[in-house]
Amino acid sequence: MSGYYSSVSTVLLLLTLSFNSIAEEVNVYSARKENLIKPLLDKFSAETGIKTNLITAKADKLLTRMVNEGRNTPADLFITTDAGRLDRAKRAGVLQKIESPVIDKAVPAHLRDVDGQWVGLSQRARVIFYARDRVKPGELSTYEDLADPKWKKRICIRGSSNIYNQSMVASMIAVKGEAETLQWAKALVTNLARKPKGGDRDQIKAAAAGQCDIAIANTYYYGKMLDSKKDVKQVEAANKMAVLWPNQNDRGAHINVSGVGVSKHSKNKDNAVRLIEYMLSAESQAWYASVNYEYPVVADVPASELVASWGEFKSDAINLSRLGELNAQAVKIMDRAGWQ
Amino acid sequence: MLDRLWQPGIVLIALILAIPIFTVAGFLFQPSEDIWQHLLDTVLIDYISNSLLLMVGVGLGTFSIGVTCAWLTSVCQFPGKRVFVWALLLPLAMPAYIIAYTYTGMFDFAGPVQTAIREWTGWGYGDYFFPEIRSIGGAIAMFSFVLFPYVYLLARAAFLDQSVCVIEVSRTLGCNLWASFYRVALPLARPAIVAGMSLALMETLADYGTVSYFGIGVFTTGIFRTWFGLGDSAAAAKLAAILLLFVFTLVLVERASRRKAQYHHATNRYQQLPQYQLTGMKAWIACFACLMPLLFGFILPAVQLGFWAVDTYAEMVDESFVRLTLHTILLGLSASVLAVLLALLLAYGKRVIASKPVIASVRIVATGYAIPGTVVAVGVIIPFAWLDNTIDSFMREQFDISTGLILSGSLFAVMFAYMVRFLAVSIQSVEAGLGKIKPSMDEAARSLGYKPSHILLKVHLPLMKGSVLTALLIVFVDVMKELPATLILRPFNFNTLAVRAFELASDERLADSSTAALMIVAAGLIPVILLSKSISVSRAGS
Repeated sequence: MSGYYSSVSTVLLLLTLSFNSIAEEVNVYSARKENLIKPLLDKFSAETGIKTNLITAKADKLLTRMVNEGRNTPADLFITTDAGRLDRAKRAGVLQKIESPVIDKAVPAHLRDVDGQWVGLSQRARVIFYARDRVKPGELSTYEDLADPKWKKRICIRGSSNIYNQSMVASMIAVKGEAETLQWAKALVTNLARKPKGGDRDQIKAAAAGQCDIAIANTYYYGKMLDSKKDVKQVEAANKMAVLWPNQNDRGAHINVSGVGVSKHSKNKDNAVRLIEYMLSAESQAWYASVNYEYPVVADVPASELVASWGEFKSDAINLSRLGELNAQAVKIMDRAGWQ
Repeated sequence: MLDRLWQPGIVLIALILAIPIFTVAGFLFQPSEDIWQHLLDTVLIDYISNSLLLMVGVGLGTFSIGVTCAWLTSVCQFPGKRVFVWALLLPLAMPAYIIAYTYTGMFDFAGPVQTAIREWTGWGYGDYFFPEIRSIGGAIAMFSFVLFPYVYLLARAAFLDQSVCVIEVSRTLGCNLWASFYRVALPLARPAIVAGMSLALMETLADYGTVSYFGIGVFTTGIFRTWFGLGDSAAAAKLAAILLLFVFTLVLVERASRRKAQYHHATNRYQQLPQYQLTGMKAWIACFACLMPLLFGFILPAVQLGFWAVDTYAEMVDESFVRLTLHTILLGLSASVLAVLLALLLAYGKRVIASKPVIASVRIVATGYAIPGTVVAVGVIIPFAWLDNTIDSFMREQFDISTGLILSGSLFAVMFAYMVRFLAVSIQSVEAGLGKIKPSMDEAARSLGYKPSHILLKVHLPLMKGSVLTALLIVFVDVMKELPATLILRPFNFNTLAVRAFELASDERLADSSTAALMIVAAGLIPVILLSKSISVSRAGS
């Protein structure tokens, strides 16, 4: 009997050792969905011979997994679709400083962590869309204007559980403070045409169909709608709407990034940094941003033709780490405002 | 030997499977005064009232659809009955979030149906009434459409298993068909119906995808928001604890109302159940009553998905798609076999031993079904990672080698979460099967010198083949649809159909997600058809 057990445990031990001793690879925990990241990883593998392994899930849950796996975590890179979660990871102590002059040079400072623990990979703006036939461009120009009583029952926006709304409210707290933001949120809620539901694309569609006149959404959803070749209706709906870049005379339009950090306990740190550098190369940037209709983070890489057609805009230059710090406050304010 | 180990064995299995529940419950003791107060002041009342409303609605919906269809297909003859018998199980293969996305795509204000109405009539927003899909009523409809088969399945099996004598006696005593249903068949089938409804309600309580898409604040959405948005795991655990309270209340209410009544067969002399030939209007009404749930729960969404899939499948189906289909099916098969083995062990142990610790153990294990998948997943990650890291530290100190993560990020962890989540389903089904076997059968077998383990193999298993198959197949279909736990616990480069479908659908790429969604349905079809065959042949004596 004991011989049996010892041989089983030897086999188990050998198995675990062999699992741990695979060379040249990089392991990615990604909140960016498979179809928006895997092609790039495959290309990286083909060019460098470094194997890439991928798990995708929601950022918070991947973070929970990383925290608990501790020093034995297999994760080398942690990719999210918003800066708030990267900041959460940093504060949970699972990231490390990324040391690469290439990266520091390529990405503007406000799209990087102040301590160099994460870096943006693509930018998206959360903007105001208006129905061309019912709203004149001069009627509003800022997020603050959305609280104006003249928009009563005319605005569509998704629920407050969504991180993009949380970040947007956080960015408002950063400039206006808590009390004023609460006032704004309450007024916005009374201006809603319907209970918040669905995703960003839904809001644009509802506005195009006449349920409301104004929709708040991320720019890339608009791009996806305009480019949905098989669905003429979506293109028609998107064409009825126009982009309004908010707050161009003060702080600029609210932006967020999808970004990446290196795991503190990474066992393939060199490969991980190499992969980030690869993702910031001109060619990858063009692909990575265009596949999801986003803006590249590297200054001299142009946005795709469609995205560029919406015009240049001034973006809010607040360091994105701040949004993470203010997130819980934002959620509370939305609860108090009755924003479902 | 085996019999002596049974009780401690059951308690041990239950304790291990309860680790995730205890882990989450452990957060209760972390301080969270201000966030909890904030929830009390703002959203908690909404969570409670919405959850209650949802439960009442889905309870009524699944009961009325499930029992009506089960009774009609059990004792009546009408056009299309032979098809309805198995086709009514098909909605089970539809994940609730998929039909929610599909119906929204079709019937939303900006969708094709309402757009057509507006183009046709020239009306605008607010000029006409159209039911709002993304509302609590819509959510009740979505859940009722896809979850009624639980009630249908178990109720029909119960009706078919009822001794024909009781029905005939009731008829000779002057009951018409309605009265013998209402006064005899329904009370006798009650444990099965309640089991089916509690499965449907637990699945409703654990749902996240549908309610979050519809913008309805319930416990699951509240838990995630509090945990991740507000970053307070203790307040989130308190919400989860209230959710569990709901489940326990559900169980207790049913037990209290049943009191000490037991439902066994009065006799084992079976005949073919009498079939009432419905004619004329009645026949068509019966046909209509069975067609509607099938239409809304399966045909309509499947056709819509089919149209989308025709457009997109060429881009979506590749080598990796085939691989992930195989992964999903293998995962479903192994999980369902394991779940049934454990259920047999636990449910049968409870029947044989029926001591307090055993009954309590089985009850604890059976609550996992109502816990949202993500909560279970977090409850698995924490203890597994702790164990791995403890072993690793020990090995590093003692032998200077690192064992790394052994359980975390392995398929074992995924499988473990499935057991926590779905064991309830197989236990319900197996218990329902065992409950129909009179204790005198056990006594007779024991007096003939059989040990309990032998009785299980030689007497019970053959008698409850139908229930065991049911358990296997429901767990299989559930695993095929399972999302959050798979998503977060899976190993590198491991994907399932549900993950693929959800990633695309939640990105509002409905058309692209349709191929994977249809594949889930297709893979679910085979077991569903097998299942209906197994019920038909499960009638003892036929």
